[in-house]
Amino acid sequence: MLKDITIGQYIPGSSLIHQLDPRTKILAVIIYMTALFVINNIIGYYFILLFSLNIILLSRVPIRYYLKGLKPLLIIIVLTVALHIFMTPGTVIAEFGPLEITKEGVRQGVFMGTRLILLVTVTSVLTLTTTPIALTDGIERLLNPFKRIGVPAHELAMMMTIALRFIPTLIEETDKIMKAQMARGADFESGNIMQRAKALIPLLVPLFLGAFRRADELAMAMEARCYRGGENRTRMKQLKYTSLDAGTMFVTVIFLAFSIFTRFIS
Amino acid sequence: MIEIKNLTHKYRLGNNQEIVAVKDLSLKILKGEFIVILGHNGSGKSTLAKHLNALLLPTEGKVLVNGMDTSDNNKLWQIRQQVGMVFQNPDNQLIATTVEEDVAFGPENLGIPPEKIRQRVDEALNVVGMSEFKTRAPHLLSGGQKQRVAIAGIIAMRPQYLVLDEPTAMLDPSGRQEVINTIRKLNKEEGLTIVHITHFMEEAVYADRVVVMEAGEIVLEGKPREVFSKVSVLKNLGLDVPPITELAYLLNKEMPEIPKDIMTIEEMVVALCP
Repeated sequence: MLKDITIGQYIPGSSLIHQLDPRTKILAVIIYMTALFVINNIIGYYFILLFSLNIILLSRVPIRYYLKGLKPLLIIIVLTVALHIFMTPGTVIAEFGPLEITKEGVRQGVFMGTRLILLVTVTSVLTLTTTPIALTDGIERLLNPFKRIGVPAHELAMMMTIALRFIPTLIEETDKIMKAQMARGADFESGNIMQRAKALIPLLVPLFLGAFRRADELAMAMEARCYRGGENRTRMKQLKYTSLDAGTMFVTVIFLAFSIFTRFIS
Repeated sequence: MIEIKNLTHKYRLGNNQEIVAVKDLSLKILKGEFIVILGHNGSGKSTLAKHLNALLLPTEGKVLVNGMDTSDNNKLWQIRQQVGMVFQNPDNQLIATTVEEDVAFGPENLGIPPEKIRQRVDEALNVVGMSEFKTRAPHLLSGGQKQRVAIAGIIAMRPQYLVLDEPTAMLDPSGRQEVINTIRKLNKEEGLTIVHITHFMEEAVYADRVVVMEAGEIVLEGKPREVFSKVSVLKNLGLDVPPITELAYLLNKEMPEIPKDIMTIEEMVVALCP
């Protein structure tokens, strides 16, 4: 069960999107998200749907990975759509007892649903085509200018790297402790929420103790390898900003401009 | 050369109590030497190891690495670059999400130019025989492989001394063998000085010199053969000698023509059927 959790689900490949600098991809996703929330009519949605489909195809990542990413959010999406359909006031087109479906509601529901699906899918393009390490690197570089106002860019990136490195290790450990406790009669699966939460205590206490011990040893190992923060540190893998990145940024900005423009037509 | 002069280390507990982990210990570690420090848990061997690269500082006495005092703050990073350290738990010393990034961590901290780091990483992985795992995630490797990656991470910093603090304690027998072979190779082929801390007696067989510690002091010191032949002393310390040496010791009581200091099965065969 715990093994199913994947974070940093990078799919190796050599598509155009894979080749982009992580900084470009992060910025493009932020711009895309802005555009997604700017758009408010059918023309805009047609347009952004087309654009997103192109990105997904360009990434050359099998569609099933995107679907897999959507699965855990299915309930939220269905709920959002339903809420919008039933709760928006306007022209009634159908009635089920106390529930009314309005024309505006359907419109709003479909828009919100599309918005959520696109949001998740296009963010997945970023995580599916970028290695976690490249992602943290990109974030560190993007935050670098803000160091002057006290943003700890290097520290944040280092924390993310270590978190990514230790997630599988901690999952493995959780699994091990769970089995050990189950072998001694612990029951994690039955009872109401309170009982289940209580049952987790014998799991969480050793897990946290273990994590602290690990942190201590890791800090020592890092010091032994001359780690002293971001000052004077070099990186083996350098990020390269190519013409491909410049082109992508150009297209993305044009896209944003056009999205804003669609608000004013129709 | 690493020179340990009258080193004493005390851990302070609350309410003014102290534990003396290392007591007035002196030792010289020569360049190119392969030295094994033996002792069971609580004998002070890990505390001693952490003094070699200034992770711990002496309460009394001095530790000199190539003449640099470990308590001199200005020399700290130079000392840590020259004295690399591998720890017991392979999981808790790998930092990055891929093998090559992890090996690059040390050189990156030293501020080496990117192209040079690449070269060092490739060389280091080659030496420990992990080149083909370059882009793997560390958590998918076996214990022995992780420990070899940890060793590569140290070698990439180009140290003169490699201190290994019970690197095999958490490994299965085949993982242990991998690590031991790697250490021996580094000593023989790369001329690296090795300080190997362990409680497995059979790992001491390959050493140039064995130091046995007990209660923070050195109780025995010498060539493996000399140390192992003192079977009764070792037994009193709660340490086991390698089984073949013990057999030789027992046989020697009945048949004096069998030497007491046999360390390998081959030697035993020769002794029994000359």
